[in-house]
Amino acid sequence: MKRIGLIVNPIAGMGGKVGLKGTDGSAILTKAKCMGAEPESSKRAVKTLERIVSLKDEIELITYPSEMGENAAKQCGFVPKVIGTIREGRTTSDDTQQAAKDLCKHKIDLLLFAGGDGTARDIYTSIGDELIVLGIPTGVKMHSAVFASNPMRAGDLALLYLQGKVKEVKEVEVMDIDEEAYRTGAVSAELYGYLKIPFERRYVRGMKAGSSPDEKYAQEAIAQEIIDNMEEDCFYIIGPGTTPRSIMKKLKLDNTLLGVDLIYGKELIEKDLNEKKLLKHIKDNNVKLIITPIGGQGFLFGRGNQQLSPDVIKEIGVDNIIVIATVQKINSLNGQPFLVDTGDRELDDSLSGHVIVVTGYREKIVYRIDS
Amino acid sequence: MNKKTKVRNFHQAKWDEPVIYELSNKGERGILFPEIEKEIEEIIGDGISRLPENMIRKQPPNLPELSQMRVLKHYLRLSQQTLGADLNVDIGQGTCTMKYSPKINEEFAKSPKVTELHPSQDERTVQGILEIIYNLDLFLREISGLDKFTLQPGGGSQAIFAMASIIHAFHESNGDSEKRDEIISTMFSHPSDAAAPTVKGYKVINIYPNEDGLPDVEALKKAVSNRTAGLLITNPEDTGIFNPKIKEFTQIVHDAGGICGYDQANANGILGITRAKEADFDLCFFNLHKTFSSPHGCGGPATGALGVTKELIKFLPVPLVEYDNEKFYFNYDVPKSIGKVRAFYGVIPAILKAYSWIMSLGSEGLKEVSQIAVLNNNYLLKKILEIRGANAPYARGRHRIEQVRYSWNKLYEDTGVTTEDVTCRMVDFGFHMWSSHHPFIVPQPFTLEPTESYSKAELDEYIAGLKKVVEEAYDNPEIVKNAPHRSVVHKLKTDTLDDPERWAITWRAYLKKNKK
Repeated sequence: MKRIGLIVNPIAGMGGKVGLKGTDGSAILTKAKCMGAEPESSKRAVKTLERIVSLKDEIELITYPSEMGENAAKQCGFVPKVIGTIREGRTTSDDTQQAAKDLCKHKIDLLLFAGGDGTARDIYTSIGDELIVLGIPTGVKMHSAVFASNPMRAGDLALLYLQGKVKEVKEVEVMDIDEEAYRTGAVSAELYGYLKIPFERRYVRGMKAGSSPDEKYAQEAIAQEIIDNMEEDCFYIIGPGTTPRSIMKKLKLDNTLLGVDLIYGKELIEKDLNEKKLLKHIKDNNVKLIITPIGGQGFLFGRGNQQLSPDVIKEIGVDNIIVIATVQKINSLNGQPFLVDTGDRELDDSLSGHVIVVTGYREKIVYRIDS
Repeated sequence: MNKKTKVRNFHQAKWDEPVIYELSNKGERGILFPEIEKEIEEIIGDGISRLPENMIRKQPPNLPELSQMRVLKHYLRLSQQTLGADLNVDIGQGTCTMKYSPKINEEFAKSPKVTELHPSQDERTVQGILEIIYNLDLFLREISGLDKFTLQPGGGSQAIFAMASIIHAFHESNGDSEKRDEIISTMFSHPSDAAAPTVKGYKVINIYPNEDGLPDVEALKKAVSNRTAGLLITNPEDTGIFNPKIKEFTQIVHDAGGICGYDQANANGILGITRAKEADFDLCFFNLHKTFSSPHGCGGPATGALGVTKELIKFLPVPLVEYDNEKFYFNYDVPKSIGKVRAFYGVIPAILKAYSWIMSLGSEGLKEVSQIAVLNNNYLLKKILEIRGANAPYARGRHRIEQVRYSWNKLYEDTGVTTEDVTCRMVDFGFHMWSSHHPFIVPQPFTLEPTESYSKAELDEYIAGLKKVVEEAYDNPEIVKNAPHRSVVHKLKTDTLDDPERWAITWRAYLKKNKK
């Protein structure tokens, strides 16, 4: 019998309705409640569960008490196995983290969680990518790529996965913005890690040709193209993300998924460098930077790769930036251009315009960058 | 038919028909020949031994063995399991230009005057068909403004491959082919415009559309360099949007030293309205099985008629068909020819049908074809946009040329019903929608192209079908998601296509892969 886990972050989304840009922290939650915010998360989770309730006799649903999942599950007719304890009406991110940990012990096939970026981050912090997860979008901030487009679609995808009709998974970014800074107008999104979600074929391929079941092949093709064209006397800075990682994997080099690594002559010089170290290494040297857009909004700079500061980018030179991305990633932007937000207006302007993107072996596209 | 909703209560035949090899019975024959009479045998022996030895098979071919009646039944049953252009309102196969193929042209093609021709006959004995080939070349010159056509390529992708080969030969003759190794195309050009030059060995740079659905001039400027060999582009693109800056595009590529090929496989919206020459293209091709009415033949006997400017004639495949004021003849004296892209001179039945179709219409008729195709398309566009859950990305509020790539994304977001589900449900009402909408930038895509062949009543019938399916999607999505309910097969399992161990395109490959 398949097991499905459910975590509802009951307070997710409450800040949004009253214009607070998020609900992280108890002071903000109190403020949101005072301003009349009502819990929405559980209601939206119900919409997801309704899509899979047809399987209720074939799957076991395990969840946390009351507003963290039990209520939503029972409302849909599930008879959930309830674990853990909470203080009703006063749950915090600690409860999300504990719930993820507890559910992990129950050999869950798929963990559904209702929340926003903060919730995704809590799950990642707590259990890493140990479980296949899927986000029900109920939060205010949703920069992470772990969420379905709406609660019903989350249910549809969960159903396909539980029925075995969708088998592949993909790694997607967990991002979060510092809410405090965001409220004062500054945006600083960080890349926290990657979670595994079921791979949805949003773009139905034609019957005429088979296509790769996931992005892996496309990433390998990109890696080969980059490696084939590597210059000898040149440093290569490899940015964060799974697509740049495929280059390191192909070269059999140790690497960091979230950090910035440096190679020379196809050998690792140092991994996970900060701005200072990067500048020291590349000063007055031939250098190229390989980056991929991070997150669901297509940021090339300024989200999740702040090590690549304006000073570093200027030292590298705009012409020495090689952008790589799978066509699937680009299509997921729905036509929105890549974005740059380095913090240096002039630099952003010089990065804007059109860029050539390596999308496969001997395959490139031209795409727009906006600042 | 239910007159109120105009939706048919259709039901497809399902014969559960095996592959013909599975029907085979050892020794079963379609025709039993009488024994050779003694007198004849005395004179010529058994016949076989008179053949040159190298022509005699050591092993008979592995053909299915069936009687005539069973063969007939087999193919009639299969024919009942299809939804071809002669059965349904075949406007759901956008980009393919599924128009009416006049049946009189089939009569011409199956006349012994055509079927008994042999490609190795002396040219003096085939002046008639050579005249038709030559005249079709003249027609296509007039339609495109270019200077010489070859009818040799057996389809659009082969014509694109031939264009890539000519581009390569052109740069080679300038000593430039090593350096110029990139072909530029656009995402909404036909995908073969990128695929065929890749086969030729080119690297490909594709330009993404801007918010209007068009490739940007600035993006093209970014793509061109001293490595640019050429541009291969469709216009109007598969969205049905015409790029009004096309002449700027060819100019930029020419300035960078490249040459420009125009994919006019589907020219159905622009006949007599705009030409390759005026947009400064160096090469172009037409699919005779699209715009010029010859049937598609299930991806089989087709023609991609390829034309070039006079500067590039010397690179065309051989032989060219020429006329010296007395006779038509094969010209093999083409100094820098890329050689052959296909055996002989082209698919004669397709050429004959296209010739006949053009002759029956004349220049005014051809222009009217395009005008009606565009009118039909924009009527359809208006009606589709009235359907809940449907939209047409890009170029909002503007007219399109001959087709539109639509999206069911809203329907999907609202109901979970995908474009594939809609396609499957349409079959229950006797409509075909196909599934290839590469490169799949438009989410939940469907592409409709009504051509000039369909009446308003038939377009309305198709629209009623879509409306009915959408109503069901909102009221009872399970009906749509589990469709088709009245067709030959239920759902296609496409995951086998990803696994070479599990698919086979011939019986022999099937036996080999299954170790039988």
